[in-house]
Order: sequence, then structure tokens, then C-alpha cells
Amino acid sequence: MSLLQAQQLKVSYGGINAVKSVDFHISKGELVALIGANGAGKTSTLKALCGMIKAKGNIFYGGADITNQPSCKLVNLGIVLVPEGRGIFSRLSIEENLHMGAYSRHKRREIRADFIKMYDLFPRLAKRRKQLAGTLSGGEQQMLAIARALMSRPRLLLLDEPSMGLAPLMVNKIFTTIKAVSAEGVTILLVEQNAKLALEISHRGYVMESGTIMLSDSAQNLLNSTQVKQAYLGE
Amino acid sequence: MDIFLQQIINGLVLGSIYALVALGYSMVYGILGLINFAHGEVVMIGAMIALAMLQALASSSMPIAVIILLSLLVAALVCMALGYAMEKVCYRPLRNAPRLAPLITAIGLSIVLQNIAMIAWGRQFVAFPLQIHATQHAIAGASISDLQILIILVATASAVALLLLVHKTRLGRAMRATAQDHRIAGLMGVNVNTIISVAFVLGSALAAAAGIMIAAYYGLAHYSMGALLGLKAFTAAVLGGIGNLGGAVVGGLLLGLIESLGAGYIGALTGGFLGSHYQDIFAFFVLILVLIFRPSGLLGERVAERA
Repeated sequence: MSLLQAQQLKVSYGGINAVKSVDFHISKGELVALIGANGAGKTSTLKALCGMIKAKGNIFYGGADITNQPSCKLVNLGIVLVPEGRGIFSRLSIEENLHMGAYSRHKRREIRADFIKMYDLFPRLAKRRKQLAGTLSGGEQQMLAIARALMSRPRLLLLDEPSMGLAPLMVNKIFTTIKAVSAEGVTILLVEQNAKLALEISHRGYVMESGTIMLSDSAQNLLNSTQVKQAYLGE
Repeated sequence: MDIFLQQIINGLVLGSIYALVALGYSMVYGILGLINFAHGEVVMIGAMIALAMLQALASSSMPIAVIILLSLLVAALVCMALGYAMEKVCYRPLRNAPRLAPLITAIGLSIVLQNIAMIAWGRQFVAFPLQIHATQHAIAGASISDLQILIILVATASAVALLLLVHKTRLGRAMRATAQDHRIAGLMGVNVNTIISVAFVLGSALAAAAGIMIAAYYGLAHYSMGALLGLKAFTAAVLGGIGNLGGAVVGGLLLGLIESLGAGYIGALTGGFLGSHYQDIFAFFVLILVLIFRPSGLLGERVAERA
């Protein structure tokens, strides 16, 4: 059964249709990539899913209609976005950022256990946990953004361009982490411009173009498809 | 009598009151980017409500301490409700409007509140209904009264409590996160509207305390008392670095000291040409200097942010 189902989802910004009626679904435990060029509507789709912008159509999550619910409520249902550009609180310490991730949770012992887990996963953050997050490098900020999202114990993790602006080594590290999080059973929707990288770690993929979904297949098939190769893999 | 020490004491008393009001300005600005020019009027309403309560209860048989506490409580509650309503009715609908719209609304609201107070309490000064027999204590050639000590203590306790709340609690963390980015805070599960309401309610409670203090200190209240006080507290907030709560406290105390030292010495400095009634020019002189030389204030944003 699918955890998330979008039906005829539309997003428009004052007359400009960024997302034109798309349908897709994500099953529990899946890692799904949403790829496409700049301006294809990927980020708008994500924002609609997590309640940051108004959308038309329907979004079902675990069977319930969650269309246009405010994002602060969706967090409690387990839907968490790691936004494009990371969106860390630069004037809060690293530790405080992680606390903010756990804002919707109340069991202190579990939260403390997750702190230890995050610091194990990202030792660099542990070393600097009292520092202001604004002093971190871009890659470290991305780690913090992911760790912060994980602190909410998400059931559906939405990642928006996690590789953006990062050095290749850091990109590998981030993608290894995403794969590890997925292996732990967290359902993930990964939006990426780096199509090859995204498809390599995903189970399935959707290809977006000008606000519609052009292709949908297993990640392996998409990687081998001539259409995708020509348009996004530069081969 | 040691004039210098005396002016320092007077300045600290005045400064503590400015600091409480400045905290309200700074907190709301930090979270909403809005300068709530009606904040001074909340101070005035707090003073007026407290005085009205004291007057109404003065002839009752309740012990004096109970009367005072009851008046303070009612004034604080009324101001908190006022702050909450102000935000919800006047500012929330303008949340996404251009910045000028809420600013003009704030000025309009300030005028409306003043006029309501004028209708309710008249144009005259309202006298503090209780005779305060404040004992004077002599220290090193200057004197400080019980009331002055009380004002400094209550203001310090309130400011410390607010700073602890903002920096050490879960709610405070959410407030600071919201101050930085509403949308991201929302993604964390923070109800941004609630946080904004909290900022207004807390600021208004401090404003009520300041209003009562200043009315007790001068023994008078007036429907227009909030305008100048609010403007000075705003200056204090800018001086400290608006949006920075520690800065609001520092700015408030500093402005109080500058004013009272200035008033104490302006006569001597200008050869008697200007008297101590020119006290008010110092606040705005400071505002101009800060805006020219350090627009971000003394403790304003100095955090290095990497992309």
C-alpha cells in the first residue's frame, strides 16, 4: 500500500502553472527519486507535499487527505522536508538546531538517544555542537539539515537538492547517508538535478518536465533509458 | 550631596523602566520585523488600569498589599489581552503586506488607544491614589528610596526571567528559530502564529509593569504618557541593537543614565543657557548618533554567516 499518493496535483503562482496535474505515489520504505531540469516543478511539488504552498488536487498520506494542511501539523504526521538551500538556523547552535528538529516530540529519553545517534552518524557535528550553525561549511550544514530532519523521526523524508553547491566528496558522503537512512526503513522522496547519482541509490524514479511527469519507472530502467540518458545524463 | 552618584541612581531607575519597554519592542521586532509603535500605549494603558483599580479599591476594607497586588495583576492581564488582540486583529491580516502597511497601522493604533484613554480617563493628569511614604536611604552622599530599589529589583527580575525564557527553554528556542525563519520553523512543527502571540503577550506584560512603575515613580499618569516613553524605549532598543534582547536591556540602562546625567549637568555645561527640562533631547540625540555611526546598535547582529 502506498504511504503517499498525489492525485492531479497542481501548483500555480499567480497564473503560472508550475505543476500541471501530476499523479504519483510512494510506497512505505521506498526511496523514490524525482528528477528533472531546472524549473521542471520539482521543488513546487515538494513544497505542496509539506504544506508550504497551496495546491490543488489531492494528497493522501496513509489513507488520509492532507492537502493544504499547514506544515507545522504535517510534522506531527511524520512528513519532514529538508529544504533546498538547507534552511538551518544559522544563529542557533548546532545542538539547538537538532533540538528544533525534535520540536514535535516530547519523550526526552528517546530524544536524548537520537542525539547520540546523530552525533554517531555525523561526528563532525558532535565536535562543534555548541557552535553557531552559521559557522559550518556548506557540506556540514547539509549534514545538520538532514540530522535535524531525522531528529523528528520522520516517516516520510522529503529531500530537496541535497547535493546542491557541495564538493564531490561531500556529495558522496551525503548520498551514502541518504542510502543508510533509507535502509533503516524511512520512506524518502529525493528531488535532485544530479539525476545519475539520485537514480543510483533509488528504487524508483519519476522524471519531471515543464510541470508534468514524463516518465516513471524503476531507477535501473530509467538509468538505462535512452530518453533519460540523452536529456539528463549527458550521454 | 553627591550629584554624580545621585544622577547615576536616578538614571538606573529610569533606565530599568526603559529596558522593560525596550524588551517588548525588540522581541516583536526580532520575530516579526515590525516596529510596534503602539507599544508605548500599552504602557500607558497598564498605568491607567492600575490607577483605576487602586482608586476603585482604595475605599474597600481589603488590606493595602492585597489591593496593590490585585491592581497590578489586573493591569498586567488587561495589557496581555490588549497585546494579543492588537496582533490578532491589526497585524496578523497584514502579515504578508508590504512593510509600510503594518507600520502605519501601528501608528494609527497608537493614536486610537490614546484617544480611547483620553475619553475614559480625561485630559488631566491622573494622580496616583496612594500616598507612598518611601523611606530614603543614604548611600555615599546620595539617596535612594524604597520605591527606587523596588523598581530596579522588579525590572531586573523581569528582564532576567525573559532572557532565561528565551535562551534556556523549548519555547524560547522556538521563538529564536521563528525569529530567524518563519517557514523553516513551521517545518519543524512550530506554530508560528502562537509564537508571535506569545511575543506580544510577554512584551505587553513587561509594558504593564513598566507603566505601573513609572506612574508610581512620578505619582501621575496621563493619556499621552506612552508616546514619549515609547519613543525613548524604541531609541533604547535601537541603541542596544533592535532584535537583540540583551541589547534592549543594555540600551535601556544606558539611555536612562545618559538622560539623567545629561539633565544633571546640562545647566553647568551650557552656562545655564539650557536647563534640565531639556532632558528629552538626549534620547533623540543618541538615536541620531546611533543611526549615523552604528545602525546595527551596540549588540546588533555580528554573526558571521557562511553560505
